[in-house]
Amino acid sequence: MIKVENITKSFEGVPVLKEVTTLFERGKTNLIIGQSGSGKTVLMKCLVGLLESDSGKIMFDNLDFNKMSFADRRIIRKQLGMLFQGGALFDSLTVEENVIFPLNMFSDLSQEEKLDRANFCLQRVNLDNVNHLYPSEISGGMKKRVAIARAIANNPSFLFCDEPNSGLDPRTAIVIDKLISEITQEFNMTTVINTHDMNSVMEIGDKVAFLYKGELWWEGTRFEILDTDNKELNDFVYASELMRTLKK
Amino acid sequence: MKFFYHLGRYLILMGQILKKPEKASIYRSQIILEMDNLGLQSLGIVAIISVFMGAVVTIQTALNTDHPLLPRYAIGFATRQSIILEFAPTVISLILAGKVGSRIASEIGTMRVTEQIDALEIMGVNASGFLILPKVVAAVLMFPILVTLSMFLGIFGGWVVSFLTGVMPVSNYIYGILYEFAPYDIFYALVKTVVFAYLITTISGYYGFYTKGGALEVGQASTNAVVTSSIFIILFNLVLTQLLLV
Repeated sequence: MIKVENITKSFEGVPVLKEVTTLFERGKTNLIIGQSGSGKTVLMKCLVGLLESDSGKIMFDNLDFNKMSFADRRIIRKQLGMLFQGGALFDSLTVEENVIFPLNMFSDLSQEEKLDRANFCLQRVNLDNVNHLYPSEISGGMKKRVAIARAIANNPSFLFCDEPNSGLDPRTAIVIDKLISEITQEFNMTTVINTHDMNSVMEIGDKVAFLYKGELWWEGTRFEILDTDNKELNDFVYASELMRTLKK
Repeated sequence: MKFFYHLGRYLILMGQILKKPEKASIYRSQIILEMDNLGLQSLGIVAIISVFMGAVVTIQTALNTDHPLLPRYAIGFATRQSIILEFAPTVISLILAGKVGSRIASEIGTMRVTEQIDALEIMGVNASGFLILPKVVAAVLMFPILVTLSMFLGIFGGWVVSFLTGVMPVSNYIYGILYEFAPYDIFYALVKTVVFAYLITTISGYYGFYTKGGALEVGQASTNAVVTSSIFIILFNLVLTQLLLV
């Protein structure tokens, strides 16, 4: 569980996050949605510690992340997995080496056990026979899957995904969404996903938090989102012709 | 003011890279890898430049010191001193600043703009230490070897040109390169090399690590790394010469 309390963040005096308070529950797929520039990425970067919030609390299972020392944060960070928009796979390492990397750094497993774990993770994301390929030799969808495999290699308690299906065709995007949702339930993780893709929202959004101009404007489930009378949310949800047609 | 901003941030980065590694065995294997990337892969260019540099120094010294009062072996002596004291440590380090410095800055810079460094940090890895420290250690170990090789090859280049062109008698050249040899000169050259290796890798690592933006900024970081490293090599060359030789 991740509890966010009154998080604020400004850049050169311009507020980007304003008193954001929400709760991301364990075993659920929590989605942060909003227009470009609404503060989604900044919120996620604050959650994973890449940015320091100006004020407020971020609690990982009742541990206050903002008050922790650098060394203590590393303990939490070992429980974090993150899927970046571009995958962020290490170019100089093969697929297998990418997945083994966190195990090499933080586990005392034998080489054989690490290989077994890497193969398990790769099979879990439906990847076979790519172990010895480099990231430049695989497709965008495969890169995302490798990144998911790497993110779950160390059995994380918290999984963060930044735009997991950007740049993917709709079919592959749904495969990735479903994979994240399945893994979340299977490993009982707290998953937070940053997206502006309404397909993802309707497919896997156990909980949806809508950010508008840096404020938490609305939160609820994917079913509630269709019936809300929140104007800004409706403008966002029904921005496309397809969604408007579906609503009719 | 900008200089102090960069200096402060550079010193903070130096503090970070010296933190205890997460796993020493991983760092050891990274050091071996970097010794190959930064050292062995520079052997070719160092060898070619050194041989030709030695040959040219010998020809120019011979042509410019053609005086009846100057013994011919002085050409060999001057060639040896020029190569050991200045050309091998400083010129080779400047060459390496271009080759190795741009490689480090662009490699780390690309990792930054493609979020690979963020991925390391989120995993709990000390990204600056993991990426820069093995390069520093590898360069500090390998550059003195490259520079020592450059000394031999430079002097060998002078011998070859004496032998092939007859610009001076080979026996005089050999007498000259052995004349009043002071091992301290080698020590001085290697101390300079170690300092230059540290400057090249840390300055390039600094520019790469703090790259922001995209491909254009990676290119700028790479250029800045080479220019700044070269300036500091020249500056420290003067300081170390004053400290160690005068």
